[in-house]
Amino acid sequence: MTSPLRATHADRRVRLPFRRWLDGDPSLAEITDDVARPLNAWPGRGWFMCFAAAFTALTVGAGCVSYEVATGIGVWGLNKTVGWAFDITNFVFWIGIGHAGTLISAILLLFRQRWRTSINRSAEAMTIFAVLCAALFPLIHMGRPWLAFFVIPYPNSRGPLWVNFRSPLLWDVFAINTYLTISLVFWYVGMIPDFATLRDRSGAGIKKTLYGIASLGWNGSLRTWSRYETLSTVLAALATPLVISVHSIVSMDFAVSILPGWHTTLFPPYFVAGAVYSGFGMVLTLLILTRSLMHLETYITIRHLEAMAKVTLLTGSIVGFSYATEFFTAWLNGTLYEQATFYYRATGPYAWCFWTMVACNAVAPQVLWLRRVRTSVAALFVLSILVNIGMWLERFVIIVTSLHRSYLPSTWVMYRPTIIEVGTLVGSFGLFFTCFLLFIRLLPMIAIWEIKADAGVEAHGELAGIDVPGDLARV
Amino acid sequence: MGSSPASTSLEISPVCSECLVATYAEPEALLAAVRTLRAHGFKIYDVYTPCPVHGLDEAMGLHRSRLPWVTLAAGVLGLISAISFQFYAAVFDWSLNVGGKPDNSTLAFVPITFEITVLAAGLATAAAFLLRSGLFPGAPARLAGPRVTDDEFAVALRWRSSVFETGEARRLLHDSGAIDIRQAVMEL
Repeated sequence: MTSPLRATHADRRVRLPFRRWLDGDPSLAEITDDVARPLNAWPGRGWFMCFAAAFTALTVGAGCVSYEVATGIGVWGLNKTVGWAFDITNFVFWIGIGHAGTLISAILLLFRQRWRTSINRSAEAMTIFAVLCAALFPLIHMGRPWLAFFVIPYPNSRGPLWVNFRSPLLWDVFAINTYLTISLVFWYVGMIPDFATLRDRSGAGIKKTLYGIASLGWNGSLRTWSRYETLSTVLAALATPLVISVHSIVSMDFAVSILPGWHTTLFPPYFVAGAVYSGFGMVLTLLILTRSLMHLETYITIRHLEAMAKVTLLTGSIVGFSYATEFFTAWLNGTLYEQATFYYRATGPYAWCFWTMVACNAVAPQVLWLRRVRTSVAALFVLSILVNIGMWLERFVIIVTSLHRSYLPSTWVMYRPTIIEVGTLVGSFGLFFTCFLLFIRLLPMIAIWEIKADAGVEAHGELAGIDVPGDLARV
Repeated sequence: MGSSPASTSLEISPVCSECLVATYAEPEALLAAVRTLRAHGFKIYDVYTPCPVHGLDEAMGLHRSRLPWVTLAAGVLGLISAISFQFYAAVFDWSLNVGGKPDNSTLAFVPITFEITVLAAGLATAAAFLLRSGLFPGAPARLAGPRVTDDEFAVALRWRSSVFETGEARRLLHDSGAIDIRQAVMEL
């Protein structure tokens, strides 16, 4: 039933007070429109070009993986000494990328950092896609991926012979599966109200049906909202130690061994800082591209990029400090093997990897002390690419340089990746970007309801007499 | 707010109506209306908003959700089952000598125990939330208005002509700045 008043309603849209984290002053309806627009419009040329590139890379990767599975692990450049190289480097790299999403969605939620609102949805999506890419590598490294279920402790006809619960590799299985599951739940739960919004603005058809199923009958009831906020807080509180545990456990794959260069208690915090650093690098890369591709500059402002740059600077500095600590520890403890490993790292055949890594991870982020760099989109984009390169190399340096010069000189060999390994790495980027590009077309990439709620918080702050800057004019 | 009579949509027969639904364009107006209605002794059935509104829980007198208890219970259950299963498998059922480490390497069981605790707690809380809120795939969306998931805020009073004088409710809703007041059939 429509009242005559509704006709004039369009002219009396809500104008909430100025919001520091958004450019301009979009009304609630405009927020919905802006986020939902890309989901209904035909993608532009830019999107199609990106998608074609990503999908080609994915196809290359699928071909390389198929060849490897059909032929055997021998098509990779691994040898008796260097049994982990590109595969595990890629695994740790992608897991690291996945950490920024949970940091943004969970830890920054608990710290009430409101700038996370515009970017948390896409960062969470990035987390899930990155963890999928990461999971691919241990799987194909098994050589016979169809036997992957052996890592699950299930009652079997072999005894039952259980998995070895003392092994960090098994901890990894549990950590990554838990992380993927909880991230998926967090991501999906966060989208339920937005699915309802999209459902109610779609005309009858397949879209309305799909959004209707995904929205689970959400109607915006206060009682549901109240529980929903409790659920969000609980999930954030659970995800916060989880995200720290995941990369700590990944680092224990190395730290628990006795190999010089791996066997160090520094690894868990060092890896977690590196993971957040690389994750923010990837978030910056993606969001700088996406905000212009999808015309979302109002929501993902230069101030968001600056805030991310500050986190990048902090974690990059921790990473740089960790590099120095590793060398200092090797020098201090006086162990010949430990010292030799670090000496070879900096001067051996892979020295160029090491120094590129230092340049990208320890030196490059220091330019972020300058506000001019933090607020330059072009500079941030270049830097984010350097972060990605540097962090990939860091894992390669840790894994390969430690393995190729261990205790016995008779085991000293060189490792070179084959074209199949490079193709698989390219394929994982293809998988990641294909998923992300589909995500920004099919799902609301900005949390509509959270943007609106933030606007409400500022409005309420103003009502309660709290100083809120800006234009408080309302219709 | 405009002076147009908000009661123009009164033509629906009260017989088939169950709720009196007032719609607001601004969260503050809704918040004020909720406070006024409750102060006048009206029982609000529910409020529908496109996003959480700060202070509305208190205004409605909602109790804190008990979901964290589910989290605790599931977490404790996950913790106990994970640690005892690892202990059983590694000590009783089939002990493996790995590098001479003790069968009961409790510290080595901590990471998996932690992961299972978090997994159980997270999944159980999410499931409890969905169950308690009646959210499931294919559940019908019972909307208080076509735009309550976009930019409108609605408050629903359960319609019982014998219980309250609707004129009074309408006047309060109108005075609080409702842009639309109507009776609606809502299976809330």
